[in-house]
Amino acid sequence: MGKIILDVSDVQMRFGGLMALSDINLQIEEGKTHAIIGPNGAGKSTLLNVCVGRLQPNHGTVMFEGTTLTGKTPYEINQVGVARVFQTPEIFPELTILQNVMVPAFAKRDGTFRFNAGGSLFGERQIREEAEHVLEDLGLTEQRHHVAGSLSRGDKRRLELAMCLVQHPRLLLLDEPTAGMSRADTNRTIEILKRIKERGMTKVIIEHDMHVVFSLADKISVLAQGRIIAEGAPDDVRGNPKVQEAYLGGAHL
Amino acid sequence: MSIPSPRNDWILMAVFTAAVLAMPVWLAPIGAAYPDLLQKFAIFGIFAIGFNILFGLTGYLSFGHAAFLGVGSYAAVWSFKLLTMNVLPAVLFGTVLAGLFAVLIGFVSLRRSGIYFSILTLAFAQMSYNLAYSVLTPITNGETGLQLTLQDPRVIDNAISAPGEGLPWTELFGIKMSGYPGFYFCAVMLIIAFFISLRIFRSPFGMMLLAIKSNQTRMSYTGFNTRPYLLVAFVISGMYAGLAGSLLAVTDPLAGAERMQWTASGEVVLMTILGGVGTLVGPMLGAGIIKYFENIFSAYNDQILHGIFAALPDGIEAVVVAVTGLFVGEGWHLTLGALFMIIVIFLPGGLVEGARRIKSFFVRRSLRRHGIRTDQPVTRV
Repeated sequence: MGKIILDVSDVQMRFGGLMALSDINLQIEEGKTHAIIGPNGAGKSTLLNVCVGRLQPNHGTVMFEGTTLTGKTPYEINQVGVARVFQTPEIFPELTILQNVMVPAFAKRDGTFRFNAGGSLFGERQIREEAEHVLEDLGLTEQRHHVAGSLSRGDKRRLELAMCLVQHPRLLLLDEPTAGMSRADTNRTIEILKRIKERGMTKVIIEHDMHVVFSLADKISVLAQGRIIAEGAPDDVRGNPKVQEAYLGGAHL
Repeated sequence: MSIPSPRNDWILMAVFTAAVLAMPVWLAPIGAAYPDLLQKFAIFGIFAIGFNILFGLTGYLSFGHAAFLGVGSYAAVWSFKLLTMNVLPAVLFGTVLAGLFAVLIGFVSLRRSGIYFSILTLAFAQMSYNLAYSVLTPITNGETGLQLTLQDPRVIDNAISAPGEGLPWTELFGIKMSGYPGFYFCAVMLIIAFFISLRIFRSPFGMMLLAIKSNQTRMSYTGFNTRPYLLVAFVISGMYAGLAGSLLAVTDPLAGAERMQWTASGEVVLMTILGGVGTLVGPMLGAGIIKYFENIFSAYNDQILHGIFAALPDGIEAVVVAVTGLFVGEGWHLTLGALFMIIVIFLPGGLVEGARRIKSFFVRRSLRRHGIRTDQPVTRV
């Protein structure tokens, strides 16, 4: 087993009487793509929210390369190298596509706050070039001066991915990156994610689409009712009877 | 909203400077070219430009900016009373003190966003207003307002020369700051204020503020601590208000608490929206129009109206005068209200958006005439 980059231990998350996550233990290996699957309401998004600091767990810790993430704010967690793609794309609809990607590049360079009112955007050639490079990589170069709000849903998702990639995160968390996409768009996204993997970026991916999961994942954890019920290589998980039961006869695995 | 080239910005800056300095000339035909009103254009232009840095860029709507205007005025008058009648220290103190006050109010108010932020700023401003009337009377001179007296120490002035007869006047190294010199002093301040605002709009900092307005959630997951960004924007716009307040005292060395009332806070909101929120020249335009209406329309009375409509037959004339009379004089607010409604409903981007639409209409028409297809979106400047 390789180096563990993200270590979730004994995490418990309660919403009133509902146990959303109970005693979750999860180790993510560096450079690997780890998929988390499970039926609706299993606690997948809650788990991601705990990792990025949106939710504070009632119990347990999340460690990232020796730093404790629990108790940190989302922006602090981003600054240590964890980026997240949301289920519904979180972009800056009023800014241009290029500006959308320049903003995170500034965060990577300048940290959580810098009073940068003396300079001109025009003089930020390096940031601009980095952003344009990522846009080219994801095939968004042509539209780069359009307002981001005018993009199609699939393109918004790709833009959000670009916004994360420009920061060169050590760990990328993706919440259903292909939900609501056409088959062509989905395949395109798979291609992009495969390319990222070649660069050694670690990914945790939540996905419903098994085609996506089995194309990308090195390892799969199955979540049901707030617990991890199975874990292993894709082929092992596919044949696991407990998993098929959790998916209510989801024999299509 | 492509990234504008520095060259276009210099052109904009040059045009703005020329337009401001030439105001006494081109405003003469509409009867607005007298120093008192021109000073107000410049001062409230600064106020609105500063307000727009907060509201236009971050989307945080402050309903208490008049408090900073008031602080600026009081600080300036105290500088006249204690130190010197020179306006530079007065302007400096007014701006800095308003800035410090803004740190305090901003620090607390920015813990909330949206309507709660607006209410918090409103509460602070009303509190300041009422304090100025009551407990703070030793500093503000309560209802009478703070004014110059013959007994003022004026340490610096009196050390240089013996006090003259009567009340002194505000001056800049010997130039009396009333009438046109007063206007030109305010105009120079306005041009500097506009330049700084332009730089902020075009800087990475300005883009971060716009990004906060656009999606604050994304900002925090992108690694930004948004609070200091907002606080800095709030303080800068508070300092603009302080500068405007101190200029009010420069042109007329008197500070009253009514300057801090919520109606004054509301006025700057109207100015910004009327001209165009988040645009560079919009707030200045809005400030000019509101001050123009306030001074010109409110001066109209039935006598003048009878003069204007004298050519109409008697019966009709009486009706026309009675109806239009509602919109002028005391009723100028009605005109303003109607104009404001029309703008908000038909031109949510303010007058600047109106100008932009007219421009793109003509651009498209001339393109069509030359046989160029126009279904591609026209790039906004």
